[in-house]
Amino acid sequence: MKSYAYFPGCSMDSTAVTYKKSFEYIAEKIGLGLKEIPDWSCCGSTAAHTKNEMMALSLAARNIAIAEEKLPGLDIVTPCAACFSRLRYANWAARKDETIRKEIQSVIAMEYQAKPEILNFLDLFSEPEIREKITSGVKRSLKGMKVACYYGCLMSRPREVTGETDPENPMKMDEIISLTGAEPVVWDYKTECCGASHQVDAPEAARDLIDRIFRNAKANHADAIVTACPLCNMNLDMREAEINKNFGRKYNIPVFQFTELIAVAMGAGAAECGIHQHFFPAFDLINETLKQNREAEEKLPAAPLTEDPLKSGPVIIGKAGK
Amino acid sequence: MARIGVFICHCGTNIASVVDVEKVAQAAKSMPGVAFATDYKYMCSEPGQAMIKQAIEEHHLDRIVIGSCSPRMHELTFRKMLKGTSVNPYMLEIANLREQCAWVHTDRVKATEKAINLVRMSVAKVGNNKPLHTSMIPITKKALVIGGGIAGIQAALDIADCGFDVTIVEKEPSIGGHMVMLDKTFPTMDCSVCISTPKMVDAGAHPNITLKTYCEVESVSGYIGNFEVTIKEKTKYVNHDLCTGCGLCQTKCPTKVISEFNQGMSKRPAIYIPFAQAVPSKPVIDENACLKLTKDKCGICEKICPLGAINYKDEIRYTKEQFGAIVVATGYELADWKKMYPEYGGGRYEDVITGLQFERLVNASGPTEGHIVRPSDGKEPKDVVIVKCVGSRDPKKGKSYCSRACCMYSAKHAHQILDKIPGSRVYIFYMDVRTPGKGYEEFYDNTRRDGAQYIRGRVSKIYKEDDKLIVKGEDSLLGRPVTVEADMVILATAMEPAPKIEEVVQKLGISMDKDKWIQEAHPKLRPVETQSAGIFLCGTCQGPKDIPDTVAQASAAAAKVAAILCHDEMETSPMISSVDQTKCSGCGFCVPTCPYKAISLVEVPGRDGNRKVTKTVAQVNEGLCQGCGCCNAACRTGCIDLKGFTNDQILKEVDALCL
Amino acid sequence: MEKILNREEGRFLADRIAKEADVKLYECYQCGKCSAGCPMAGSFDLMPRQIVHLMHLGDMDSVMKSKSIWLCASCHTCVERCPHDIDIPTLMEKSRMEAQKRGICAVRNVKLFNDIFTETIRGFGKSQEVILEGAYNVTSGRLLQDMANVPAMLQKEIVRPELNSVKDRDHIRDIMNKCEKGGAVR
Repeated sequence: MKSYAYFPGCSMDSTAVTYKKSFEYIAEKIGLGLKEIPDWSCCGSTAAHTKNEMMALSLAARNIAIAEEKLPGLDIVTPCAACFSRLRYANWAARKDETIRKEIQSVIAMEYQAKPEILNFLDLFSEPEIREKITSGVKRSLKGMKVACYYGCLMSRPREVTGETDPENPMKMDEIISLTGAEPVVWDYKTECCGASHQVDAPEAARDLIDRIFRNAKANHADAIVTACPLCNMNLDMREAEINKNFGRKYNIPVFQFTELIAVAMGAGAAECGIHQHFFPAFDLINETLKQNREAEEKLPAAPLTEDPLKSGPVIIGKAGK
Repeated sequence: MARIGVFICHCGTNIASVVDVEKVAQAAKSMPGVAFATDYKYMCSEPGQAMIKQAIEEHHLDRIVIGSCSPRMHELTFRKMLKGTSVNPYMLEIANLREQCAWVHTDRVKATEKAINLVRMSVAKVGNNKPLHTSMIPITKKALVIGGGIAGIQAALDIADCGFDVTIVEKEPSIGGHMVMLDKTFPTMDCSVCISTPKMVDAGAHPNITLKTYCEVESVSGYIGNFEVTIKEKTKYVNHDLCTGCGLCQTKCPTKVISEFNQGMSKRPAIYIPFAQAVPSKPVIDENACLKLTKDKCGICEKICPLGAINYKDEIRYTKEQFGAIVVATGYELADWKKMYPEYGGGRYEDVITGLQFERLVNASGPTEGHIVRPSDGKEPKDVVIVKCVGSRDPKKGKSYCSRACCMYSAKHAHQILDKIPGSRVYIFYMDVRTPGKGYEEFYDNTRRDGAQYIRGRVSKIYKEDDKLIVKGEDSLLGRPVTVEADMVILATAMEPAPKIEEVVQKLGISMDKDKWIQEAHPKLRPVETQSAGIFLCGTCQGPKDIPDTVAQASAAAAKVAAILCHDEMETSPMISSVDQTKCSGCGFCVPTCPYKAISLVEVPGRDGNRKVTKTVAQVNEGLCQGCGCCNAACRTGCIDLKGFTNDQILKEVDALCL
Repeated sequence: MEKILNREEGRFLADRIAKEADVKLYECYQCGKCSAGCPMAGSFDLMPRQIVHLMHLGDMDSVMKSKSIWLCASCHTCVERCPHDIDIPTLMEKSRMEAQKRGICAVRNVKLFNDIFTETIRGFGKSQEVILEGAYNVTSGRLLQDMANVPAMLQKEIVRPELNSVKDRDHIRDIMNKCEKGGAVR
């Protein structure tokens, strides 16, 4: 299998526990080997480029430069939309303008060629080889579970940086998630901003953005929202209950990382993919879906389940709907 | 010894503001062969021309150089002037001091120097000009109109009324085009069908008009006065000579496909007359949908046709005809907004429709018999949003131009909704309201009086939540984002040239602009002519326009055609190629380069030393040659010369500049 | 205060920013599609469209004093849909940097958060969500913000008490110092 340089990003290393666990579960099952960039550092995130453009480019480029030196020839894959965006920006700016590339080189005091392609996890999971392994590794279906795939802005726009050809209606995650049997809904907030960068410093302005995403997901009959980014996920998951309280809503829409659903479909128990570590309870929806599908399938003797769903799941804190 | 007169035009301030015209005239006086030189404010004007004529007499001039605008603009004017003098009209050269000098430079000293050089080149060239004489060719007194929409119909009727034969070639099964799809026409609210179908019937019944529906132009050769056109008749699978148009076949056909005429909002059978008022009112079989033709099943229409008019073995037929002039009236299509605007749902929502779909909805002969209802659930919409400039004035996603008719038809749509649905509300998102037509501004006023809300701003997103279409815009007059929860959205989508326009243009040898609209010869002074003589245009193939403008242009094109066909013969340009057959090696390189098929190889008697031999040489058909000069450039021995642009003349120009 | 258009002094700055952003300000015909699709526009004091117009008029003063340049989330929805491809996020970003240089800031907390964020990167080489939120709450005076989530975070092991940091922290510090010395913006 093709190997990649891996840039986990700060969140994957801290708050994105469910993303990390579920991804590691899948990686082990399908034999995916990623080579972590040695001594990687923060991509600069949303803060650096609000202050200083060269700093934003250089902080990101440092990691690409290390990869070029230590992991030559490998493309870089990152699970975080913000990291993806910042690393891509650095490469894009350096490729567009040779003087910028040289300036970055002198700032980071390293050779920097802007050579490796930067991929996000959706790109990675869209690779035919990986898709095939997942398809053959899926043991149980999430059929009947309607999900709204949320891509956010940073993986989509600006298109000249992200390479996304349809930033209004991307389809990669929809296609990947279909492998689990879950049913992606057609909805209209796939790439509307969730305001993550302003949820701390301007919450009065930014909470509304979250509300609108949930509202549209609900209007299109989604049971859950699926993300592919630690920041998008945490922003939506952590604040759903607060939105319900402060905006008088009754959303009951767990927010998953797409890797969690794949892991579950491949047989992972709750502890193995972090279903129990959500802010907004997510266990019941998964459990109910699996139960219904098992009941439906058991009527067909040809395809019994080999494993009790979530048998290894620990006690869940806070059930959905309470 | 040549006696050359040089006349430098100021062109008002167009040339004189950048070029020191007096200095140019002064410099010309010392150029070889120049007997007289002067400058004047407007050389093309009556007194300007009189001055040239006077100078010819006084100074015994035998050739003329005029430093003025492009020869494309006024060469013909000055040639006509010379007809009344002792100077042959082809002993004239134009130095282009406007487009190629004054308009593109700012440095007065350098521009003046360049102008002097341009004049010097023309003086050198005109010294080698020879008098040329036109000849006469007969004219085929028959016109071809390509496209049977309102433009083509009007042009054909006007030409036919002048007493000339006209053939209309229409690619669809019926003439009528887009106008017959419309409900009412602004600003008078005339019923579109009521005013266009009589014209269709007239065209169908006119003794001088031949309708060739379901046909396309396959190829065109020849030239003004004598075009030879091959017309392709597509397979109708119905013998229209036998068919009476009883319509029985239509009612029994089991296959149903999307109706093009109803803009996808209803179904039609595989054998179909596109609409009730079609001319001719006879069906064709859609070969992609017909069960008999695709799967060799069914065959019901053949069985029930009382006249035996159905012919499943029909074949494409080609016919060749001669025409003296051609009118292009190929019209427009609406741009496919679904690909351009994913943010408007990209076609996911049935209740987001185009203006043309609304025309069918509100039309009494449309799929809902004129009831305005939502295509998704048949409910009457209460809140309707109209979005203008969808695809127009959007250089990134669509077209940079304004589609011209949308402001008015959107006002009309608003008026119709408010009139037909009591208690309805209409919101029109606009960037500018453009109403430059007679009675148009008043119509817009009335629409606002009817209750239409005009919101200044472009819509950013349309999506569905529950039963409503959420339309997000900005009220840019308030500087505030606004949302409308609508039941239906009508998009005023951009017009674009009909599909296959490139093919038509290529076959006719005419040109298009950057947006593929057909290029007129001059935007102001030759608006219905193309660059090719004898080929005219009218209607929306030239650019977006409304019905009044289209019809006016159609009549204008008809007048231009009549002005050709009323003559029995016409003058040809003498500036054509000629072969010096003594030097020609007969290599034949020139033959395929000629776009007009005017060159052929012939055998002529020649001499090899003392021996008499037959040799192969190129020969130019003077009737076909258009003087483009391709053969001239291709000729390896240099034996082909373009009269008026001989190799010698051009080299003299080069020498004058470089030596 | 009355604005006298022909006396606007920000034209030079506006033109420079526009040039750096590869934007032709005259191309904007004020259609408002940017503002209509902007997720943050509800909280803006100047619509994105108005920012472009003010820059075109040379009124950088109003632009730099606005809240909008601080609240822009850089989501790029505006430019994606703009008929003239006007890169508003970059205009916003560069105006924000210019405002910052002049000590102008209409939304203090945004700047504060970014400052703390940058300092944690300078200190550790990686972002530290706990320190970030904590330091922000203390300095902004919003002590209880998001604190309701802390017990859940600890209980569900979403955050751990230990800190991540880069080994070669000097390198990060070097990079950041160099950029700041180099006149901040490009």
